Parts: sequence; C-alpha cells; structure tokens
Amino acid sequence: MHPSTGGVRFEHIMKSYGPVRVLDDITLDVPRAMTTCIIGPSGSGKSTLLRCANLLERPEAGRIIVDGITITDPDVNIDAIRSRVGMVFQHFHLFGHLSVLDNVALALRKVRRLPRAEAEDRALAKLNEVGLRGLERRRPTDLSGGQQQRVAIARALAMEPAIMLFDEATSALDPELVKGVLAIMRDLATSGMTMLVVTHEMRFAREAAGQVIFMDQGKIVETAPPAQLFDHPQSPRLQQFLDQVL
Amino acid sequence: MLKGLLRIQQTFFDLHLIVRVMPNLLRVGLPNTFILALLATLIGIALGLIIAIGLISSRRPIGILCRFYVDILRGLPHILTIYLIGQGLPLAGLSLFGDNTYAYAALAIGLIEGAYMAEIFRAGLQSVERGQIEAARTLGMTRAQTMLFIIVPQGIRRVLPPLTGQFILVIKGTALVFLLGLTASQRDLFSIAQDSAINNANLSPLTAAGFIYLALTVPMTYAVNAWERRLRLGPTPQRRTAL
Ligand SMILES: Nc1ncnc2c1ncn2[C@@H]1O[C@H](COP(=O)(O)OP(=O)(O)OP(=O)(O)O)[C@@H](O)[C@H]1O
Ligand SMILES: [Mg+2]
Repeated sequence: MHPSTGGVRFEHIMKSYGPVRVLDDITLDVPRAMTTCIIGPSGSGKSTLLRCANLLERPEAGRIIVDGITITDPDVNIDAIRSRVGMVFQHFHLFGHLSVLDNVALALRKVRRLPRAEAEDRALAKLNEVGLRGLERRRPTDLSGGQQQRVAIARALAMEPAIMLFDEATSALDPELVKGVLAIMRDLATSGMTMLVVTHEMRFAREAAGQVIFMDQGKIVETAPPAQLFDHPQSPRLQQFLDQVL
Repeated sequence: MLKGLLRIQQTFFDLHLIVRVMPNLLRVGLPNTFILALLATLIGIALGLIIAIGLISSRRPIGILCRFYVDILRGLPHILTIYLIGQGLPLAGLSLFGDNTYAYAALAIGLIEGAYMAEIFRAGLQSVERGQIEAARTLGMTRAQTMLFIIVPQGIRRVLPPLTGQFILVIKGTALVFLLGLTASQRDLFSIAQDSAINNANLSPLTAAGFIYLALTVPMTYAVNAWERRLRLGPTPQRRTAL
C-alpha cells in the first residue's frame, strides 16, 4: 500500500524556466482527507507546484502520484486523471460564453457523458450547495467576483473529484467577498475532502489546514501542523515571512 | 475646357444609358452578385475555420499544410486563381458542377476567401485566454473538446466584425468572375455593366454598377465600424469598477 493512495505525492520534482530553477527537488506528501496549505513569498514556486499536480506544468524530473496513479508516467491518460482533480484558479476562468449552469454542466456532459437533464440536475444541486440558487441562467460576468469563484468551485466539485487544488482562490476578490468563499472551502475541508491550497489567508491556513508548507525559492523550507508552524517557526526565512504578512 | 467636361459627362455619366441599364443591374446583377458573395463567404467560413484550427494545431505537418494553403491563395492574384479554378477544373475533367459557371465562380472565390478568413479566425481563436483553455483541460476535456466547446465559440464571436468586413471585400471581389463568361441570367453587376459598356461604346453602365456597389459596401462598412467600436468600448465589469 503506497502512502499516497487517495492523496498526492510529489517526489524530487524539478522544474525550470530557462535558467531559473522554479522547483528545486520538491518532495511532499499531501495526505488524503486533509487540507494542506502552501504559503510563501511571491515567486517561490507555489503555483507551479500546484499546477504540476494535474500536469498543467510538466516537471523535468521527479515523480507525481495522484490517488495511486503515477501521472508522470508517459503512457498515462491525463484527461481521465484531471477529471478527478478539481482546480480553482485565482481569476476563476469561467467560460465566458456559457451560462452559469452550463459552466458547471459542460464537463459533466462531455467528459462524464451524462445526459443533459442529469448533468443539469447535478449542476443545479452543486450551485445550490455553494449558495447560488436562482443564478443559474446568468452570464458569469453578471456576477460578483465572489459569486463567480463559487461557480468555479461548483464546477470543480460537480465532477466529484478525489482531490481539490486551490491557487489563491480569494486573492482577486474584494475583501467583503473573501469570507463567503473561504467558508465554502472550510466546509469542504471539514467534510473530508483532500485539498492542496495555495493561499495568503493565514487565518484560513491556521484553522483549516492539517499541515502547512512554507516554500521559498523553489524549495520546501518547513512542513508542520499549523499551530507549530505559525507559533514556532524554525527557520529565519519563515520568521521573516510571517513578520511581514501577519 | 467646357468641351472636355462635356466629354467626361458623356463618357461616364450618360443619364440615358444609366437609366436603361439600371433595371437589369438591379433585377439580375444585384441578386447574382449578392448570392455569389454569400455562397463564396459560406464556403470561405467553413473552410477558413477548419484551416484556422489547423494553423494553430500542435501537429506540425497539419500546421504547415494549412500555412501553405493560406500563403498560396493569399499570395496569388485573385484573377489568376479564379481563372485556374473556374476554367481549369472543367477543363481537367473535374466538372463538379457541369457547365454551371456560376457555381465554379462561387467555389473559386470561396477557396480564396477561405485563406483570408482562416487568418481572421486564427486571430480570434488565439485571442481566447490561456485560462479558458486551462480551465477546460483541468476538467478533463480533451484538446478537441476544448477546441470545439470553448475556443471556437469564443473565438468566432470576437471576429464577427472583421468577418463581416471580409464579406464586403467579397462583394467587390465577385466582379472578377466576369472572365469566366456567365450566361445572361447568371451575370453579376460588373458583367452586365461591362457587356452594356462594350455594346454602347460608353462607360456609363459601369458608373451605374459602381453606384450600386457603393450603396452596398459603404453602409456596411460604417455598420461594421460601429459594431467594432461597440465591442471595443462596450461596458465590461472591469471598466465599470474603474470608473
Ligand atoms: N510560464 C513561465 N515562464 C517563465 N517563468 C515563469 C513561468 N511561470 C512562472 N515563472 C516563474 O517561476 C517562478 C515561480 O512562479 P510561481 O507562479 O510558481 O510563484 P508563486 O509562488 O505562485 O508566486 P505568487 O505568490 O506571486 O503567485 C517565478 O519566478 C515566475 O516568474
Ligand atoms: Mg501563484
């Protein structure tokens, strides 16, 4: 039994853009049914690492195992794996030409091959769960940022993913809209979803995470449960970072 | 001086001739020109979209093949392509449309337009943000599904104005089909005007056709410009918060 079954395991991940080493020998276990938060300064490689977990970025070296499947193997069907790994982006990336309902239902129909009625039922149920009942006929641009991000979360959850990835899901939101989205993420964490969350919301990390990762310059500097990491930072770099953001 | 002006008036603006050729221009030439432009545009749109997808394809051979097509058909004089296809295909025994010159004309212009429209579509498809593609792929959609359900519908919307602009060019471009020798009932605006000009040894019928072309193209040009301006300045959420 592999320790990462149900979760994600990164093994010695290397990634460079030109001469710049963005991920430098990253090894990390993201256990199942737990929330792992990644924090760190801008440019430290947080997004890049997250995007490796569904191969939006391909590492040059190393192995990534998602829910028991080694996705870095060359003959793996990445589309099938991606459909079970939800991802939420900083800028939502809702499909601009589709209604809110179709945004959520599209992949259910085309990837899961559900009949339209069934896909729409499931989409409606998910929209309901994130508190968007009655907005399903709107265009994404007619919604507030917070509502758009909740559509994006519903879109990902509708696929019934084994793992959810969040890349600064609240960074683009007006302050008063952040709370609602964080509340949904917190509920999701409590419900036992496996989550990998890049965030600048230190309170969220402290309250929702089972483990927190501090990254700097492409390396994992510290890994610890939140209470320990925030209250007893070991490295000067983490101390310095926390002094700046808290 | 006055004599010169009079000569010009007689050569280009012989009212009598213009009035005589006008009914035929409007009843036969105008619909033929318009339908020819429309048919060619439809062929061009279908072909252009397929070629545009090929142009941005990650499969090198397909991309190169499509680039070849676009470069050649945009690089040749239209008159030469129309002649090669309109006269050449039947000559070569590829009589797709029997001896229906009008159909060959539509095909020839459609093939040319396909090249121009491919470039318009390509710009549209490439303007779709990376994030849209990433969101689709992240949901497990294949490349083809992402193209079909996300990139194409959004890309097309953005190039509707330039596409309409291209239609205006096609209307003018149809004038070249005169050299394929259309039957009387199939003649377009220019063919009718030219025949009449030759028969009367006077250019006024061409002036008459010119007015009709202008009546078609100038209002459409202004409409497209207004449309593009509205798309550009249209209220976007970002703009509203910035104000
Ligand atoms: N496509 C790319 N091409 C070149 N360099 C890139 C690319 N994507 C990221 N980088 C570089 O890689 C480094 C890590 O980027 P990454 O986006 O992973 O950082 P991050 O920790 O998410 O930062 P932020 O908090 O600002 O989002 C940065 O120096 C960035 O400039
Ligand atoms: Mg980032």
